[in-house]
Amino acid sequence: MAAVHGDAHGHDDHHPSGIMRWVTTTNHKDIGTMYLWFSFTMFLIGGFLAMGIRAELYQPGIQILQPELFNQFTTLHGLIMVFGAIMPAFVGFANWQVPLMIGAPDMAFARMNNWSFWLLPVAGTLLVSSFFVPGGAAAGGWTFYPPLSTQGGLGVDLMIFAVHILGASSIMGSINIITTILNMRAPGMTLMKMPMFVWTWLITAYLLVLVMPVLAGVVTMLLTDRHFGTSFFNAAGGGDPVMFQHIFWFFGHPEVYIMILPAFGIVSEIIPTFARKPLFGYSSMVYATASIAILSCVVWAHHMFTAGMPTVGQLFFMYATMLIAVPTGVKVFNWTATMWRGSMTFETPMLFAIGFIFLFVIGGFSGVICAIVPIDIQVQDTYYVIAHFHYVLVSGALFSLFAGVYYWLPKWTGNMYNETLGKWHFWLSMFFFNLTFFVQHFLGLAGMPRRIPDYNLQFADFNMVSSIGAFGFGLTQLLFLYIVISCIRSGEKSPEKPWDGATTLEWTHLPCPAPYHSFEKPPIVK
Amino acid sequence: MVEANSKSNILMMKKLLIFTLIMFVFGYALVPFYEKFCEVTGINNLLQPDVLAKDNRVDEDRWIAIEFDANVRGLPWQFKPLQTSARIHPGEPINVMYEITNNSDREVTGQAIPSYSPRFLDKHLKKFECFCFTKQVLKPNETLQMPVQFVIDSELPAEINTVTISYTFFELPAGASPVKK
Repeated sequence: MAAVHGDAHGHDDHHPSGIMRWVTTTNHKDIGTMYLWFSFTMFLIGGFLAMGIRAELYQPGIQILQPELFNQFTTLHGLIMVFGAIMPAFVGFANWQVPLMIGAPDMAFARMNNWSFWLLPVAGTLLVSSFFVPGGAAAGGWTFYPPLSTQGGLGVDLMIFAVHILGASSIMGSINIITTILNMRAPGMTLMKMPMFVWTWLITAYLLVLVMPVLAGVVTMLLTDRHFGTSFFNAAGGGDPVMFQHIFWFFGHPEVYIMILPAFGIVSEIIPTFARKPLFGYSSMVYATASIAILSCVVWAHHMFTAGMPTVGQLFFMYATMLIAVPTGVKVFNWTATMWRGSMTFETPMLFAIGFIFLFVIGGFSGVICAIVPIDIQVQDTYYVIAHFHYVLVSGALFSLFAGVYYWLPKWTGNMYNETLGKWHFWLSMFFFNLTFFVQHFLGLAGMPRRIPDYNLQFADFNMVSSIGAFGFGLTQLLFLYIVISCIRSGEKSPEKPWDGATTLEWTHLPCPAPYHSFEKPPIVK
Repeated sequence: MVEANSKSNILMMKKLLIFTLIMFVFGYALVPFYEKFCEVTGINNLLQPDVLAKDNRVDEDRWIAIEFDANVRGLPWQFKPLQTSARIHPGEPINVMYEITNNSDREVTGQAIPSYSPRFLDKHLKKFECFCFTKQVLKPNETLQMPVQFVIDSELPAEINTVTISYTFFELPAGASPVKK
């Protein structure tokens, strides 16, 4: 320990202060912090849009948002949450945690790291400002299918540029993460000794460099179709709008695993810590993660069962999709087995991790249901699908992010968060989340279509319940903001090792808070 | 050690950048691959003549009612079939004439895209000739009559007794290349 403290003193901070510190910083901790604040800001903006959507759907009829604006809200809600909130948040975690967990002094390419962050506010601004251009923001759904996306106005162009920039940022971030993990591990840290979070991010980063360029390609085709006379997706010119869906989902399905694999990683760190047992089936966890990543590349057309496809194609994509349940099941059983007969305590990170497992399994099962072709044809584009992917993205990805923030806040800030308020945050989130989304299963099964500002009277009651849940969930997240700020500004000083069950390098080899420069001399891992 | 590390880091970055570039090109390569795949498997075969199966037979016991529909999207054209419906036996060839008139005083190029109801009709519809196989160019105020020649094979499920064949003309930019196969 003494050596570590000496390290911290040897490098008196000689970085610029004030705003320039953040603009010019190449420190992985600073950049990680900026990623997290950026994504939280986008989360609030995307959340505001969600509140608008739910306010309109509170009652049948058109009350608040005209249909055109409603469509812009749903489209931008999806884009902002996926590309602006969830993905950058995980990159923020990777920035903070990957070097700390593998005993590296910083990310491999510190300057590129700075650049890949500072692209994000540009893209975020483009997305948000597209509401204020003539014709408004993109309104054809977050999947921007042609012909709507080839016909829209300036807002669609802004969205295309934003997606380009976000893609470039993600690719640079991934290259950085892969290089850091493969080249900069501390001596003795073999691949199969890496913490699960690092493993999941390594695989996620490979998925990102695999599919992000394809997304860049498909939005470029959209752009040239719109402005340069090509007809990739224009039937009259010999193109095919259905081809867009194939190429988009070739990116889009791995993308959903890009958003959930790091979540698996975070939960795989938290469960062993609070069960005070090593992770059950570590190597099967690694192989399961890799299998999910590989399978995710051959299931894309399950999003398109109703787009027209030969039966043999439907069968292939149905079986391939259901196969993903196997490695996912391996993971869930491993987490449960880790908790089995552990000395468990239920601090906020653990509550969110268990909540994650519980609700993610519900989302996983409704995913298997949606994979079945005849059922999918029935529920395609209904609220059942909305409920399904919010169970995996909100109570999956987002809950794991909350769990991770509570878990590592003491390491990042040196202060403890307020445990009572943290528990309130969990239970309120849990209650309101289910209030919002569980009833949407019923709405979907009854046939309520998505992306519609008005609906039949028979859907009124469940929509009101869902809206009340959504307002509650939204307000609860302001409590989270308060908890984090009060932890940073006036939190109780954290003990050196607040979680006695933690075994990864950042807890065993570094003080709380982690010094600005850490692991300049790599630790030896036995 | 730091030197060696940064060298291997740069090498790694180069490899990954090349991989990124390959995947970008791969995205574009999916386009011809998709077209080839559809052509080989016979999915989406809208714009090429079909060959009639050798064992085609006329099912004299069944009648199918065919409705013809014609639309234009964004062109100054009038487009209509000369007969709005027909009744034929499965397996029996039929010839239907369509007429387009260019109402504007400029030369306009258009491409017709077919669509069928029920959707699986394309499996049973064998077209030998169609104005939709190529683009159509109409001089100012020109009128053109064009044929569609086809057979609906007798494999069409027995419960189907009415089908609709619809064409929509889309405008092609002047000088655009003809529709790809």
